Amino acid sequence: MEWFDSHLLTGLTFLPLVFGVLLLLIPAKGTQGKAILKYGALIATLVVFAASLQLWNGFNAAGDEFQFREAASWIPSLGVNYLVGIDGISLLLILLTTFMMPIVILASFTTVETREKEYYFLLLMLQTGMIGAFTALDTFLFYVFWEAMLIPMYFLIGIWGGKDRIYAAMKFFLYTMVGSLLMLTAIFYLAYQHKLQFGSFSTAVVDLYKLKIDATGGYFSTQGILFIAFALSFAIKVPLFPLHTWLPDAHVQAPTAGSVILAGVLLKMGGYGFIRFAFPLFPQAVQQYQIFFMLLSAIAIIYGAWVATIQPDIKKLVAYSSVSHMGYVVLGLFSMNAIGATGAVYQMLNHGISTGGLFLLVGMIYERRHTREISEFGGITKVMPLFAISLMIMTLSSVALPGTNGFIGEFLILLGAWKANMGIAAISTLGVIFGAVYMLWMFQRVMFGPLKNPENKKLTDLGLREVLVMLPLIVAVFVMGVAPNAFFGKMEPSIQKLLTRVQPVAAAPVAMLQERKGN
Amino acid sequence: MLSWIVVLPLIGFLINGLWYAFLQAPAGRKKAGSVVPGAIATAAIFGSFLVSLSVFLKLNELPESQRVIEQVAFSWMKFAEINVDFGFRVDVLSTLFTLVITGVGTLIHLYSIGYMSHDETPTKFFAYLNLFCFAMLILVTGSSLPILFLGWEGVGLCSYLLIGYWYKDEEKASAGKKAFIVNRVGDFGFILGMFLIYTTFGTLDFVALKQAVAANGATVAAGTLTAIGLLLFVGCMGKSAQIPLYVWLPDAMAGPTPVSALIHAATMVTSGVYMVSRLNFIYSLSPTALGVVATVGALTAFFAATIAIAQTDIKKVLAYSTVSQLGYMFLACGVGAYTAGVFHVITHAFFKALLFLGAGSVIHGMHEEQDILKMGGLKSKMPKTWMVFAAGWLAICGIPPFSGFFSKDEILWEAMSSHHGSFWLWLVGALTAMMTAFYMTRLYTLTFLGKPRFKEGAAAHAAKHDDHGHGHHDDDHGHGHGHGGGKVHESPAIMVVPLQVLAVLSIIGGFMGIPHASWLAHWLDPVIPHGHAEPTVAPFWEWVLMGVSVAGAGLGIFGALKLYAQLDVAAELKKRFAFAHRLLENKWFVDELYEMVFVKPIYFLSQGLWKGIDVGVIDRFVVGLGKVSMWTGQTVRVLQTGSIQTYAFVLLLGLIMTLGYFIYGMV
Repeated sequence: MEWFDSHLLTGLTFLPLVFGVLLLLIPAKGTQGKAILKYGALIATLVVFAASLQLWNGFNAAGDEFQFREAASWIPSLGVNYLVGIDGISLLLILLTTFMMPIVILASFTTVETREKEYYFLLLMLQTGMIGAFTALDTFLFYVFWEAMLIPMYFLIGIWGGKDRIYAAMKFFLYTMVGSLLMLTAIFYLAYQHKLQFGSFSTAVVDLYKLKIDATGGYFSTQGILFIAFALSFAIKVPLFPLHTWLPDAHVQAPTAGSVILAGVLLKMGGYGFIRFAFPLFPQAVQQYQIFFMLLSAIAIIYGAWVATIQPDIKKLVAYSSVSHMGYVVLGLFSMNAIGATGAVYQMLNHGISTGGLFLLVGMIYERRHTREISEFGGITKVMPLFAISLMIMTLSSVALPGTNGFIGEFLILLGAWKANMGIAAISTLGVIFGAVYMLWMFQRVMFGPLKNPENKKLTDLGLREVLVMLPLIVAVFVMGVAPNAFFGKMEPSIQKLLTRVQPVAAAPVAMLQERKGN
Repeated sequence: MLSWIVVLPLIGFLINGLWYAFLQAPAGRKKAGSVVPGAIATAAIFGSFLVSLSVFLKLNELPESQRVIEQVAFSWMKFAEINVDFGFRVDVLSTLFTLVITGVGTLIHLYSIGYMSHDETPTKFFAYLNLFCFAMLILVTGSSLPILFLGWEGVGLCSYLLIGYWYKDEEKASAGKKAFIVNRVGDFGFILGMFLIYTTFGTLDFVALKQAVAANGATVAAGTLTAIGLLLFVGCMGKSAQIPLYVWLPDAMAGPTPVSALIHAATMVTSGVYMVSRLNFIYSLSPTALGVVATVGALTAFFAATIAIAQTDIKKVLAYSTVSQLGYMFLACGVGAYTAGVFHVITHAFFKALLFLGAGSVIHGMHEEQDILKMGGLKSKMPKTWMVFAAGWLAICGIPPFSGFFSKDEILWEAMSSHHGSFWLWLVGALTAMMTAFYMTRLYTLTFLGKPRFKEGAAAHAAKHDDHGHGHHDDDHGHGHGHGGGKVHESPAIMVVPLQVLAVLSIIGGFMGIPHASWLAHWLDPVIPHGHAEPTVAPFWEWVLMGVSVAGAGLGIFGALKLYAQLDVAAELKKRFAFAHRLLENKWFVDELYEMVFVKPIYFLSQGLWKGIDVGVIDRFVVGLGKVSMWTGQTVRVLQTGSIQTYAFVLLLGLIMTLGYFIYGMV
């Protein structure tokens, strides 16, 4: 048992891959074989989810910064080790991953009907990559997992995608590859710096945090350039305006599961990268670039919302809404205060749930009608009332109605941003208006009005399986909207540590406030 | 105990909501009666009323300075410096609102059982109605601005859902969306106002904020206080339909009439008045913010009244009248007479709910006809509705001793005599009062007096094809009304009795605020201290102004009675002033203006950004970059052959080679 506990993270990381390989070995011919595949994958991900709850129970927010740590030697000559461990932030993102996976698998039961074996294998491999990236405490290890996620996603889009899937997959690959290579170069430079400053190579994050990197010379100091190398990679992943154009294509062409994972988890890798690497490694550079990134985020929020408004394709609309919502995440992070950063992490979870839910719903209606053109729909509420209720709840979460999870994230991010820069926060707050515009207008055109199109008259409402897909997300929307403290409790110390690394005086605003109260 | 006020409607919502979602919705078109869901919902809100009443009585027993009851349900957000409790606090101000919301709410729920009896999905309707009450009660009992905001957005959601309740009608669905979005524009201000309060005073809890303002208010820059007041007022402009954000409220009449009565007249739209009164300690520190509130209020009151004169839809007239009356309330708040504002909220809740429900009864009896030009002579056909409507009419006209007289008169007096008031504010208010009497009498005359301008049977049939008639019926279900054929009829008792109760309240409701002996002002004193500042004009003016406003109202009534008794004269006038009439009938073309200035440009800009920047610039750059690489062609070919293994192998090989290169270079 003890051995099990001390290897929980590694087990959790590779469990999906092991299950995936097992699935590959099953001779899955005929309907029965396919059923084994589907339910096998579902059970596998449920087991992984159950195991991840052990992390939630065992994680002590008041304890060490990184918990469940494991270390093994890997490439000693380069100082590369297998180091894993989680803090409160990675804990929540891992839970998001393990929570979304069974949902995604369940949703795929009827959508994927070719090469199922590879499909479920790739999904499970993807999960290993994602969990691995969130647990890695060695930059090189992180890089390996980061790339390992890319490959299955590339195939998911390229094989099971829509008619322009090759173009989308290429674009996805090009963008992320450019970012990855920049990051890799920077990682090696850092390892080399460690040798210069401490006498040995190291790629462990805790070692690299101690580096002193020259920040004199403004934007293009050594630190500035290294920061940009990392930041570009993460900004592409988020994606931050103007590096977002891979996203709409990737989302629209990807199969539903691909879109959900992409929006639900992969984009968070960008935000997580900022938190774990770019911020603590390059504190001065982050401060120098703060306003620049806040501005880009504000632009992303408004731009994403505007462009989403006029999309004729529902899925593309949701994709652009991601650009807007992830803009909030980056805005919160670059506010560099506890409120904004907490909101940003929370928003990452929210976005996974609400946008994931929206993509699932879009997938359900696509499966029925084989189109996503908004103009093809109208009046669907009448024939699909359960679908209407689900879509309404996800819409409300997306427009950040208080009481849903979206509000907590958006409110905290905007408040955090307000404390950092009132002007940018005010511009970003306009997103509250435009966010409602695109979502409600879409909802109206799809769900309301007369049921004119004869094709839509014979649509059937959600079945039991689909209700089971949506129900956990709907529950999460409200639980996270009403009781966010459970999540805050887990991440608060981690956020504090992050902030002290970024600016040793991060505690100052709080002190000032208390002073003011004292007066 | 406090939480039961909000929990009971929530329970009602959950019962009806889950019942609808899991049992009625999936089965599709199974028709459910309105009686059982209506009874559940009514019981929930009536229970909430009883709790509210007992809270009120409890407060009454407490010494004046301690009339506050608090309850923290749980901690909503707590980390770092953030600490927001999900807390309720009922004080002398909140208790009045809870009584009005649950009291008038109960009557409207009851009425809806009759009104919605032919509806397709009454269970859904009552679920929404309870959800609304839940949110509205949170709004007025919340102990801090974020909780108030939770209710604020919650009522907005319910308003959206209920305006677009008959969603099959595109126009009604659009009206709901418009309401939500325009309110979001207001929320933009609300949110920033909240942030500014937080960064200025370090708290969002009302009590703590009041203390912080008392302690530090004097040292805070006047500009900051003004900014706070104005930003929050932007929120009020949205929710309480003031210029320039009033445009959603008239369209909101697309919802079922009980919704118009409850949400868009009696309760939700007065939220802004509640907030300004709640934060009176901030507003009173900023004469500039107060001036803006008063001016916007007065202008809105006047402007909306002009539009009401030329509307022919019975609900539209009442809608513009609501906008106008809300303007009065802000006029009161803006001159520092928050008590008068709250007073008018209460009396207005009585008589406007009455008028709307009365109009609903007329519409119901006329089989969905809403055009007052096609009515007339209903006095004899619907005598009970006529009597109660007349009470509402006299109340809104400000005829003593009906309730509207007292509250409106106090507002006008304060507009003149307060230190923040002026002759001009009074004048606009008094003119509006006269216009109000005029258009309300026009409405009353055209509906109830004179000769019927419809043919029974035929009228009902024609109405079905009218613009306003559709939504009530499912398009697949034909237009059968289910009872009475085409005969104009009086409404059933379940609709009439609530009307009669409201009529009594509209008649006697004003006595809580008799000038110089106002129970209300005394009661509100702990929250809204009525200053002992001397009025700026001699006391005898109070009587003069009162006389002037009553005379004005009388003149308005007399004019309209005369004019609309002979329709040909009115038609002649309309012809002579065709331009002005067209302007008013089309609501000064404000909607068209907004469409041209905001909606269209953003739409085209977005198109331009997408096609221009996303596709035109960024993509072209990236794809161009990709095409340069020979490697692209290779990958595409491999992918098309579909061999994953090959590709994965190639990719890994490439990866290892890249890594190898770096490692080699380093070591």
